Amino acid sequence: MNPIMKFIHLMGSPPWFYQFSGRLIPWLWGLFVVLAACGLYLGLVKAPPDYLQGESARIMYIHVPSAWMSMMIYALMAVMGFVGLVWHVRIAEILAISSAPIGALFTAVALASGSLWGRPTWGTYWVWDARLTSELVLLFLYLGVIGLYSAFDEPRKAARAASLLALVGLVNLPIIHYSVTWWNTLHQGSSIGASGSSIHPSMLWPLLIMALATKFYYAANLLSRARIRLIEQDQRKNWVRELLQEGTA
Amino acid sequence: MSHTPFILAAYGVATLLLLWGALAPVLRARKLKSEIRARLERTGD
Amino acid sequence: MSGTSAWHAFTALLRRDLVLAFRRRTEMFQPLIFLLVVVSLFPLGVGPSPQLLASIAPGVIWIAALLATVLSLDTLFRSDFEDGTLEQFVVSGHPLTAIAFAKILAHWMVAGVPLVLMTPLLSLWMNLSVDGMVVMLVTLVLGTPVLSLVGSIGGALTVSLKRGGQLLSLLVFPLYVPLLIVATNAVSAAVAGLPYTGQLGLMVAGLIAALTLAPFATAAALKLSLE
Repeated sequence: MNPIMKFIHLMGSPPWFYQFSGRLIPWLWGLFVVLAACGLYLGLVKAPPDYLQGESARIMYIHVPSAWMSMMIYALMAVMGFVGLVWHVRIAEILAISSAPIGALFTAVALASGSLWGRPTWGTYWVWDARLTSELVLLFLYLGVIGLYSAFDEPRKAARAASLLALVGLVNLPIIHYSVTWWNTLHQGSSIGASGSSIHPSMLWPLLIMALATKFYYAANLLSRARIRLIEQDQRKNWVRELLQEGTA
Repeated sequence: MSHTPFILAAYGVATLLLLWGALAPVLRARKLKSEIRARLERTGD
Repeated sequence: MSGTSAWHAFTALLRRDLVLAFRRRTEMFQPLIFLLVVVSLFPLGVGPSPQLLASIAPGVIWIAALLATVLSLDTLFRSDFEDGTLEQFVVSGHPLTAIAFAKILAHWMVAGVPLVLMTPLLSLWMNLSVDGMVVMLVTLVLGTPVLSLVGSIGGALTVSLKRGGQLLSLLVFPLYVPLLIVATNAVSAAVAGLPYTGQLGLMVAGLIAALTLAPFATAAALKLSLE
């Protein structure tokens, strides 16, 4: 068996996944903290204020990565949900449903920071701008997935239903995005985007570092959420019993 | 208009939300594990 | 062979659903009365100014149509699920997609078509011009099947839940956003004397996409709910 297939095979084993992710999580958190510290230092201290938007452009370093993450996590959630639905891979189901709250969190951060950026820039906290509106619809999509999951009693059935909804949402997401953008150009004319067309390297670097940092946040958080779901579902199985009895001894 | 309060508020909200997102599973794991341990000790099951 | 059997199941189920709906006429009219009441609340809420009403008319009528559809979606699969008919459909070996499609078509004929027929009255109330009314009719003819098709996925996902109704609206409304945007825009453009064929083209594309994809998703969701 080649190493990749072996890895995938091992990932399907709950105790192995639990052990492996437990060892990985501290490293992922560490990388997140280091990268976030670098990104924030570069973005908030070193980078010059934007010549158009002034100091408020510094909000971009949290807003843009969060918005990217909110969309990336939705796509990943749907893909993992698809794997779970088609091949009945339980780890994939768990990873899909564990992604939803993290994605919703990033969407909320993107909305809050976008609105706080809007006050000094547009003079109001909320504008029905294309970006904010699609983020809002995305938040509703996440809440639908979370709501559907929690409405079922049986966790595996819940995860499969939520995965199917996430897939339907993924097909719709580009349509929503383009229709909202189109609607926005019709109703508002052009507004200042959150990022200029050409961006200075001193502003690009902190942005990219923050984008990378949020990916580690997602990975660490996803694994720790997945671990809980796993022991919750398997709490009457031997490996969980052994694991917890070892812990107390 | 000074932009600083808005920048601080944006990063403050983001920190709070992300911190909560990171801590929630830790607390949940602790609670769940102690529940399962209690059940194991009570019933041996 | 399986093609003819699927067709047979499809027509039999469609006929049965229409007969059942006709027998429960009062139930069928409830979403329509709801639609009338919701639209009539707007002049009371925002004032009777004809210009204002005309300018918000496309959005108001379309949003009322979305609400009325979601109201009737909850019952789409529920009674068949509760009395075990749905399980029999699966056991019967007929393709579930054909069955889902028949249910969706019946839903559109019972809930969507009357909604389209109400448009002249609603347009009159909302002071919509004749051009606007005609385009409103066209958008509803193209859009209500999409409402039934996309909504049926949500209905199938929530059918095994005791209180699926409230959840259903949360699941379905975000998916309706593009349709709402394009349809209301077409009507507004027609009222303003601007071209609107592009918007109608998008709606046709959306209808075709929903027709080809939604029945499969609904069938998958039904299968899941019956597990």
